[in-house]
Amino acid sequence: MKLYCLSGHPTLPCNVLKFKSTTIMLDCGLDMTSTLNFLPLPLVQSPRLSKLPGWVLKDGSTFLDKELKECSGHVFVDSVPEFCLPETELLDLSTVDVILISNYHCMMALPYITEYTGFTGTVYATEPTVQIGRLLMEELVNSIERVPKAQSASMWKNKEVQRLLPAPLKDAVEVSMWRKCYTMPEVNSALSKIQLVGYSQKIELFGAVQVTPLSSGYALGSSNWIIQSHYEKVSYVSGSSLLTTHPQPMDQASLKNSDVLILTGLTQIPTANPDGMVGEFCSNLAMTVRNGGNVLVPCYPSGVIYDLLECLYQYIDSAGLSNVPFYFISPVANSSLEFSQIFAEWLCHNKQTKVYLPEPPFPHAELIQTNKLKHYPSIHGDFSNDFKQPCVVFTGHPSLRFGDVVHFMELWGKSSLNTVIFTEPDFSYLDALAPYQPLAMKCVYCPIDTRLNFIQVSKLLKEVQPLHVVCPEQYTQPPPAQSHRTDLMVDCQPPAMSYRRAEVLTLPYKRRYEKIEIMPDLADSLVPLEIKPGISLATVSAVLHTKDNKHVLQLPPKPPQPPASKKRKRVSDDVPECKSLKPLLSGSIPVDQFVQTLEKHGFSDVKVEDTAKGHIVLLQEAETLIQLEEDSTHIICDNDEPLRVKLRDLVLKFLQKF
Amino acid sequence: MFCWCFPGVSLVCILVSIAGKNVMLDCGMHMGYNDDRRFPDFSYITQNGRLTDFLDCVIISHFHLDHCGALPYFSEMVGYDGPIYMTHPTKAICPILLEDYRKITVDKKGETNFFTSQMIKDCMKKVVAVHLHQTVQVDEELEIKAYYAGHVLGAAMFQIRVGCESVVYTVTAWIDKCRPDLLITESTYATTIRDSKRCRERDFLKKVHETVERGGKVLIPVFALGRAQELCILLETFWERMNLKAPIYFSTGLTEKANHYYKLFITWTNQKIRKTFVQRNMFEFKHIKAFDRAFADNPGPMVVFATPGMLHAGQSLQIFRKWAGNEKNMVIMPGYCVQGTVGHKILSGQRKLEMEGRQIVSWILNFQFPALKIPQNNLWIWSSTWLVVFLLEVKMQVEYMSFSAHADAKGIMQLIRQAEPRNVLLVHGEAKKMEFLKQKIEQEFNVSCFMPANGETTTILTNPCIPVDISLGLLKRETAIGPAPDAKKPKLMHGSLLMKDNSFRLVSPEQALKELGLAEHQLRFTCRVHIQDPRKEHETGLRVYNHLKGILKDYSVQHLPDGSITVESILIQATAHSEDQGTKVLLVSWTYQDEELGSYLTSLLKKGLPQGTP
Repeated sequence: MKLYCLSGHPTLPCNVLKFKSTTIMLDCGLDMTSTLNFLPLPLVQSPRLSKLPGWVLKDGSTFLDKELKECSGHVFVDSVPEFCLPETELLDLSTVDVILISNYHCMMALPYITEYTGFTGTVYATEPTVQIGRLLMEELVNSIERVPKAQSASMWKNKEVQRLLPAPLKDAVEVSMWRKCYTMPEVNSALSKIQLVGYSQKIELFGAVQVTPLSSGYALGSSNWIIQSHYEKVSYVSGSSLLTTHPQPMDQASLKNSDVLILTGLTQIPTANPDGMVGEFCSNLAMTVRNGGNVLVPCYPSGVIYDLLECLYQYIDSAGLSNVPFYFISPVANSSLEFSQIFAEWLCHNKQTKVYLPEPPFPHAELIQTNKLKHYPSIHGDFSNDFKQPCVVFTGHPSLRFGDVVHFMELWGKSSLNTVIFTEPDFSYLDALAPYQPLAMKCVYCPIDTRLNFIQVSKLLKEVQPLHVVCPEQYTQPPPAQSHRTDLMVDCQPPAMSYRRAEVLTLPYKRRYEKIEIMPDLADSLVPLEIKPGISLATVSAVLHTKDNKHVLQLPPKPPQPPASKKRKRVSDDVPECKSLKPLLSGSIPVDQFVQTLEKHGFSDVKVEDTAKGHIVLLQEAETLIQLEEDSTHIICDNDEPLRVKLRDLVLKFLQKF
Repeated sequence: MFCWCFPGVSLVCILVSIAGKNVMLDCGMHMGYNDDRRFPDFSYITQNGRLTDFLDCVIISHFHLDHCGALPYFSEMVGYDGPIYMTHPTKAICPILLEDYRKITVDKKGETNFFTSQMIKDCMKKVVAVHLHQTVQVDEELEIKAYYAGHVLGAAMFQIRVGCESVVYTVTAWIDKCRPDLLITESTYATTIRDSKRCRERDFLKKVHETVERGGKVLIPVFALGRAQELCILLETFWERMNLKAPIYFSTGLTEKANHYYKLFITWTNQKIRKTFVQRNMFEFKHIKAFDRAFADNPGPMVVFATPGMLHAGQSLQIFRKWAGNEKNMVIMPGYCVQGTVGHKILSGQRKLEMEGRQIVSWILNFQFPALKIPQNNLWIWSSTWLVVFLLEVKMQVEYMSFSAHADAKGIMQLIRQAEPRNVLLVHGEAKKMEFLKQKIEQEFNVSCFMPANGETTTILTNPCIPVDISLGLLKRETAIGPAPDAKKPKLMHGSLLMKDNSFRLVSPEQALKELGLAEHQLRFTCRVHIQDPRKEHETGLRVYNHLKGILKDYSVQHLPDGSITVESILIQATAHSEDQGTKVLLVSWTYQDEELGSYLTSLLKKGLPQGTP
């Protein structure tokens, strides 16, 4: 059992598990933090951004000033933003049989894998994961393609050049692996390879391995996966949550008795309490609006936004915000809001009950009906007519590098009345804001990450008791900024095995057994003997059939009757056809009883001689001697087949067959 | 495995006993009866003892009342507290239909001994909703799995599995190759082999259009949920395309709610509806309006969808009575009708209907006296009591369109082809039609097919395999040797099956000995074979070697430096006879494990060496 680790990002994992004869990719997360090194893509010509000075080396050379721009002491690449792909060279990805997706955030690299590596397998994911994953990809492609950028910088990636650059560009890893965004046709082709699955569905892979998605409680349709054969069980835990938000609660019980538990996707902000953050979010929002300012919430089009809208639904009237317009701007805003209402089966119990009434499970339906929440595909078109300030805008992308959010940053950045509230935990807010500095706008950081924290992890591990835990190296030590916080790491016995990008782990597990089925008629023919108290044994001689990795034992066919032909057979016809093994023997032969038996069967001249190790039984007339020892019997006789067979069968009576 | 259907002609309630587990499939109510006979008699299940102790679970396939109508009676009045499984949409819609039916029965007809609203609620609390394809572990041994059935919103078929034994229960549609021991299927449309769905839809539109064109009225009796919504979409788009003006009505009540359910459970509808749902809610209709009972008397053409679907009561029957006398009008029955209902009667060609009962009385009071709008061809016969019988002559056209997605003969055959069951059991159909299908199934698939009479127990013998653990070492040793060269002469594998407590392990004999702490006992034979050969001993040895080499082509025959010969692990030595120089003694020595080859060699060598062997 081997694990190939293709991603170094603990919440955007991409691992490949080789288990029995199958090759299974676990998630294909796309590390988008690379985009923070790029300049934002403005929707409207931005004089500020276009006037940024080119970056000049210490020695005064200016050959990079077209590619790199300087802004408030930071250097950015002026180019189409690029993403850091999972490793593609560690193993031949065309040999991957299946890809298991755990949630919509962890499938963003899918088109790169399915369209460029010769992948011919199947992808498994739940329906909400696929539908919302499609929306995230659509939004991503849309926001990058609508701002065509003439130049694509590559000179800075040269190793010799990169060495000379300031941090963080100097330290950026695998820059040669960075790729531009995929296109919609590629997204569609990738998504067409997905097969939909439901929670607790058992999916057979080649008859060798069974995989099962389990509810992970983190997002609509998010799943953990069980990968098991009859004897081995690997649990893949990725992005799980024990908080009650909108998704179905996490299924913990099914993770029990795992041999190996692969643990990824823990909270990125272990010190923040999501409930407290939501409270802070609401109060900051209200304060800004009351003071006549606008609120910008950079967010993904699905996920936490549903919870935020639900909180606001309960909050706005009491906070006196009922007349403030809420805008949700995304090319997929409408679809996201609509889709959220039709996945009743994937929601928590309370929301499910509402559907039975029938009422829409999320209250944002009512916010839309009462015109409090309005959604638009982009800032162009209807939005520019309806736009009223002060207001609250939810829009993407949380990296602040592309999407409609760039426009609002440029528009509202200069006024200290306005506030930008960061709720998504995927990007460092300071890095995200860097190209907008200097900034008058207030910045509030309320990261809401509902994924497991370390206290919950250790409780979970105690509960499900896996034999081995495997996790990214980041989880086996305290966060670099808080090295004294030894409570902020995975703590288990035996210590977790850690992995880093481009590493191959050999998982400590050895298979010893396999399942086989004994056909009923064969089972009927078996004769069990009690060898020791409570232990019975039956010798089995059967025909083994193996098909689709399933093994079946059948009764051997009856030997065909020799044809009654009178024709003289050639000698070679009689050669025994197959080397059929006889059973092993065990036991010992007491000489007195053996002699008695011989006499009973008509041997009258039996003589016994003692030897060092046992006895020799002599049959004088037949010129035959039988050496009896503790663990062996040797019959030496003339070529008298009936005699030999008779003696053989008498000896066998004293022995047990195995 | 036992399978038992409840007495009752047109309700479904099947008890399956599989490997010691008892599962009840559906819990239907008979819509044609108004007395005790409408519910299954659950005392058949167990005379003494609680149902909860006897049944491991109850499974409901879809929300039609002939499949779930008796559920509150069963769980609350008879008493059952175990799990009840159904899909999410079924769980959502089932209580609404039950409540609706309860209202008609208790509030309108004034019947007692029926379940209450609270009982419906309590019953639904016992329901566990399942996802499609989810494998639900009812207990350690019993597992069930739901498959999409597309029959009505939320309909599912269920696979029930205990160890190696399994049953599939289905009302229609598709399944994977799960090779169950038993497939239980409805055979409502057993003899019908329907045209493609598209043909049926075109035919339907054509008939509606023709009737409306000649100024007639079209009545489409439907159940509030199910096919109705799809037919509405069909007509809506047709009206739009043809720019038709005749009004389409949908009888109110459940409708709006029903459409709402469809919207929230859109993932359970067909692909086309799902794909477009963000752009346009298919269930917001432009041409279809709510129906008011006064509209029925409006002049001119119109199309009305009215409930219920079998014309046995309610609005559809009222409208039918009003329109039946006019040959310009048409009634289109889009689904199956239970025996005893008006729908069934007109479909089987009856054109003069006797009608009776309490409802008629109220009908007379409502319509005869105040409005005097009785169609002229209604002939009235009064009896001295309150029993009213009248004769209704049906002149309107009666059309049957089987849109309902119950499996038809073709569908059932396809299902069997896909699932490859070992036995088939047909339920919910008419005996004659089932017989036809049974013959067809037995001929084509060579599997046993059963059609139990109601109340009859069917016993199906299963012969489960026994799963055991085989040591990987033994398995690899066997598979490494490769498949037998000739399929007709299969290779035998040899192992020891160790049985301890409940664990069964198949290991190599060596490992079995080792695990039990036993030593191997070696049994060896050495035979003296005398042959005539005057040559030197080593020359004799060489001749024996060449002789054997020529015959035993598939075996490893070796001539060792000391003059002895080995065939596999059998040792042959040539020695001189102590008395006779012309005779040589061949000592052939083998262990019991090589018994066959050893025995063969001695008899072969006994025949002597052929002339000319070098």
